[in-house]
Amino acid sequence: MTTTTAEVTPDVAIKDYRSNSLWRLTLRRIFHQRSAIIGMVILAILILIAIFAPVIAPYDPEQVLIGVEDVKKRGDPCIHLLGCPADQPQHLMGIDGNVRDEFSRVIYGTRVSLFVGITTVTFAIIIGTALGAVAGYVGGNVDNIIMRLLDVLLAFPSLLLSITIVSVLGKGLENALLAIAIVSIPVYARIVRASVLSIKEQQYVSASKALGGSHLHVLLGRILPNAVPPLIVQGTLGVGTAILDAAALSFIGLGAQPPTPEWGTMLGTERNQVFTAPHLVFFPGIAIMITVLAFNLLGDGLRDAIDPRLKQ
Amino acid sequence: MTQYTIRRLLLAIPVLLGILIVTFTLARMIPGDPCKAMMGEKATAEVCARFNEQFGLNKPIYVQFGIYMGNLLKGDFGSSIRFSRPVVLILAERLPTTIELGFIAVLIATLIGIPAGIISAVYRNSPADVATMVVANAGVSMPVYWLGLMLAYIFALLLKDTPFWLPPTGRISAGVTSIPFYEVFEWEVATKGTFQFYLLEFLGNLFIVNSLITRDWVVLRDALKHMILPAIALSTIPLSIIARMTRSSMLEVLKQDYIRTARAKGLIERLVILKHALRNALIPIVTVIGLQIGHLFAGAVLTETIFGLAGVGRMMYEAITARDFPIIQAFTVVIAIGYVFINLVVDISYAFIDPRIKLE
Repeated sequence: MTTTTAEVTPDVAIKDYRSNSLWRLTLRRIFHQRSAIIGMVILAILILIAIFAPVIAPYDPEQVLIGVEDVKKRGDPCIHLLGCPADQPQHLMGIDGNVRDEFSRVIYGTRVSLFVGITTVTFAIIIGTALGAVAGYVGGNVDNIIMRLLDVLLAFPSLLLSITIVSVLGKGLENALLAIAIVSIPVYARIVRASVLSIKEQQYVSASKALGGSHLHVLLGRILPNAVPPLIVQGTLGVGTAILDAAALSFIGLGAQPPTPEWGTMLGTERNQVFTAPHLVFFPGIAIMITVLAFNLLGDGLRDAIDPRLKQ
Repeated sequence: MTQYTIRRLLLAIPVLLGILIVTFTLARMIPGDPCKAMMGEKATAEVCARFNEQFGLNKPIYVQFGIYMGNLLKGDFGSSIRFSRPVVLILAERLPTTIELGFIAVLIATLIGIPAGIISAVYRNSPADVATMVVANAGVSMPVYWLGLMLAYIFALLLKDTPFWLPPTGRISAGVTSIPFYEVFEWEVATKGTFQFYLLEFLGNLFIVNSLITRDWVVLRDALKHMILPAIALSTIPLSIIARMTRSSMLEVLKQDYIRTARAKGLIERLVILKHALRNALIPIVTVIGLQIGHLFAGAVLTETIFGLAGVGRMMYEAITARDFPIIQAFTVVIAIGYVFINLVVDISYAFIDPRIKLE
């Protein structure tokens, strides 16, 4: 029985140890997650579409085509490959109510939605982390006051709260972003607080304190880096929710204002035409769904990869 | 358990108070003068002074809050600025629509979501599992209002002249009237303004319940037909989330030793799944159902707008844009009470699902 230890040569053991470092292991696990890969691929395509929008889109998204081409208001999609006469101008997703090319608008909408999702979540994570970290680290009354205030925020249906905040600030995309960011702060604050509470009892934190580390050093240098993984997961999922909420606010007319090519706004302005021009409702909705789906798949995949409890 | 319930209700009071203060101040921070919003931009200072006097808007904000709280404790929510009608009456008219819509949506979500999740977990990685999870993932990523519009397009236009046609708007067809049960049974109508009056009004407006009581099958059929599309739209997100949670919770439980034991002692598979596994997997599922009921109100704003339903969600949106303070406040309080109540029910249900959990 004792020979088993002798069989393992030290350098092999070290090699194994190195290739199994936490980040590498996580990264490898991410690439084993089918949903994460699908999410990343869709997301990569969307990012490329957003970057190369001027190249992909055949028209300016805000250009009214009256007098430029012989097209009808809310014209049907015309795809040459699918039997649309070759002498007609090609409009993959048809013409919208203001005689603009719907396809170009949907393409440019990718930019708006990705921007919306990432900025709101970044803002919410920064504020949420600060609040959660302070609440968890300081504890006592500070913790109580911060968390109870956030509880009040959580007690409102998020969309209604965003509507109220936008009503206070005035409608427009920037204010809608701010409203969605504010509404999503409590989630991040809670996650960070929970992580901080458990990490601050760890021995390496006590060690850092014993070595004379300041509170700020301990919190920023020792505790927060270890609270990052759950934040990444929640943040990725949060981008999807933020995009959905922003589109909903734009849909009811409080977010992005026309003529901005925003998917929610496009849906909202044409919603009464759903029976006569369903394509104008269909395409922006599909675009929202694919984008949100990409973030949800990636977030799910990341969670499965990072959360060791789910390790098979 | 009674003690626990009472303590939880008492603990809810500070949260409700906080919500009241926040809504009260937020509602008053909305720029724009309610007088100008109601009486028009040309309203003179004199007209506005009288208007503000009538609604008590000329007093300092803390006095307004004091008066409001005093009235609230007496059960008086005030009058809507926009409609000049008691807010309680508006609640009695609007709340039933949202309750019926929400109830049917939750029913659909639970009755489809849980079985779908169980099948997914039991036949893991089978085509059925993959299909369910693809649909569930798409479901949480879908804008509710988009699905609503697409459903309306399919069922109201494409399937016109087929038995599957469904109405795209409204709560009941023109020409069909729902007669409140108290009129059918010729009850003595309570005097206007009393609690009994509002309660009867509220119950009578629950069209589906009312038509069941009065056995008016025409109204029942019509009201149900109108609710199907909005309820499906509203139920997609909860359904997807419930199915996913059921799947992961069941997978966790199915790995346990006692499941192997149950199988080893020769129990039929159906009993193993439903009695041994599901019961132990229920806690996270119930939690997520409770959370989703809370989120329904947000979905209701959009669903009610799409399907032209006069419910709480839509009213709330209109009230915010019209600066109708009494309605905003009253509806927020009602929604918040709903939240508190659902959370309590969820917490109490834990003790029934898992007898090891003691309510303390």
